[in-house]
Amino acid sequence: MAAQVPLVAYLSLGEHPCLIARQCRSCGARFFDRRNACASCGGLAGFDDVALPPEGVLRTFTIVSVAAPGVPVPYAAGVIDVGGTSVRANLVNVQADPGHLSAGMRVRLSTFSLGHDRDGVEAVGFGFEPAGQAEEGDS
Amino acid sequence: MADSVWILGAYMTKFGKHPDQDLVDLASEAALGALADGGVTIHDIQVLAAGNVTGGPAGIGQQLQKQIGQTGIPVYNVTNACATGATALRTAIMAIKAGEADLGLAVGVEKLSGAGLLGVTGTQRAEGDPWLPSGRFGSVARMDGWVGTDTMPGVFAQIGLEYLHDHAYSGVPLELFARISEKNHAHSTLNPLAAYTKRMSLEQIMNDVMVAYPNTRPMCSANCDGAAAAVVISDAALRRLDPGQRRRAVKISASVLTSDPWREACQVLPDVSTLTRQAAAIAYEAAGIGPPDLDLVELHDCFATAELIHYDNLMLCEPGGAADLFDSGATWRDGRLPVNVSGGLQSKGHPIGATGLAGIWEVCQHLRGEGGPRQIEGARAGLAHVIGLGSACGIHILEKAA
Repeated sequence: MAAQVPLVAYLSLGEHPCLIARQCRSCGARFFDRRNACASCGGLAGFDDVALPPEGVLRTFTIVSVAAPGVPVPYAAGVIDVGGTSVRANLVNVQADPGHLSAGMRVRLSTFSLGHDRDGVEAVGFGFEPAGQAEEGDS
Repeated sequence: MADSVWILGAYMTKFGKHPDQDLVDLASEAALGALADGGVTIHDIQVLAAGNVTGGPAGIGQQLQKQIGQTGIPVYNVTNACATGATALRTAIMAIKAGEADLGLAVGVEKLSGAGLLGVTGTQRAEGDPWLPSGRFGSVARMDGWVGTDTMPGVFAQIGLEYLHDHAYSGVPLELFARISEKNHAHSTLNPLAAYTKRMSLEQIMNDVMVAYPNTRPMCSANCDGAAAAVVISDAALRRLDPGQRRRAVKISASVLTSDPWREACQVLPDVSTLTRQAAAIAYEAAGIGPPDLDLVELHDCFATAELIHYDNLMLCEPGGAADLFDSGATWRDGRLPVNVSGGLQSKGHPIGATGLAGIWEVCQHLRGEGGPRQIEGARAGLAHVIGLGSACGIHILEKAA
């Protein structure tokens, strides 16, 4: 099997891809990057990795039509409430169109290929797609 | 209770394209303008706070001194994203409150014409290059555009739509935000210093280039060049000045700066509401007046979506009632509580380091009765608000001299 790397370190690949948050041992606040102390409680007890559930609710979104060079447009971006943890992501496998997106809709994690480098390593990104639409397909 | 601090002089350059003026030229025009407006000179100034965001590492304050007068006073070069101008003002105010100075000068300046989309960073990887994790998220490619958006129009679009969803708005979001933009573009026609002074119809705004739904181009703040400045003075020093200077002085009833308190979601989408609400509560308490006492508000409409939520954050309406407040017509210049009579950032322009002080200048014009064709008649109290993402919120409440 060809090697894969995740787009971001907090995306865990494998048979059931999931997002991994770092949870403060004192207050439970969650982060996706490293912190020297907890931004919520200031605690120094450290962090544990916790896997987030694959489904959540879209809290808000936008459809970006003007972006930096090299970014394909339009794309839909949003914030998803995943079991009480806010995640930012693109909305995928759905038309980037306000008629197809609404705050409050259920969405689930989906991964996609960003391409291979010259060594044959594949980068894998993630987004959220409408839940209840689309059969099990990629991943 | 400490003595009041006053604005003695203020000035704003024309906002727009200034290809023949560099940062120092623009800052000098604003600084000298504010000094002349206050009837003082650089020799009277005992502290200088200078704000600029994108101009590079050289201290703009010291560069300004070399252009208009090197007197050896302490200089604070400040930056706080789009709240930089308000931060410069507050820095000078704090020096006066601390008793270290009687007169201070705050200047904000920016050159942003042609800067394009703000907020996007990262480089493009060449096809075939190895995927190498880097940065705080260990990402192998640019995150903007692949893991949500860093573009400012997109960030504020999400903030606006979230508000409408949370409050079960039943109308058409695009049209609501376009109507807010229509108001500010209409207001700008009376402001000769605004970068854009063209009235735009609702249809024009809705059908213009979509940048990040629901923000079309006219709903986005305009990158431009500009500077603004204010001279601040202690109560004791003001009493020694001429009656004419005292009459035009504007009282700073509240000067507040806040940053983000912890909120779960602000880790992934900036939360510009919580720190604004906190700043507003502190400011109203300090000033001893509330939203019903305000005659005008200049708030940070970096996007039409932002203006809506700040009606609520500044407590200009009942919680959740921002759309109703706007629909009532209250925030038009002939309404009960005019908001952004300058044209706002959407038409006046948003040279980010200058914006905070430009809002102060606008409110001063009305409190002094010097607003010309756009004067809000009888204005006695006004509020100026700015947000710098990250975040910083500056709120100043100003009152007419008694």
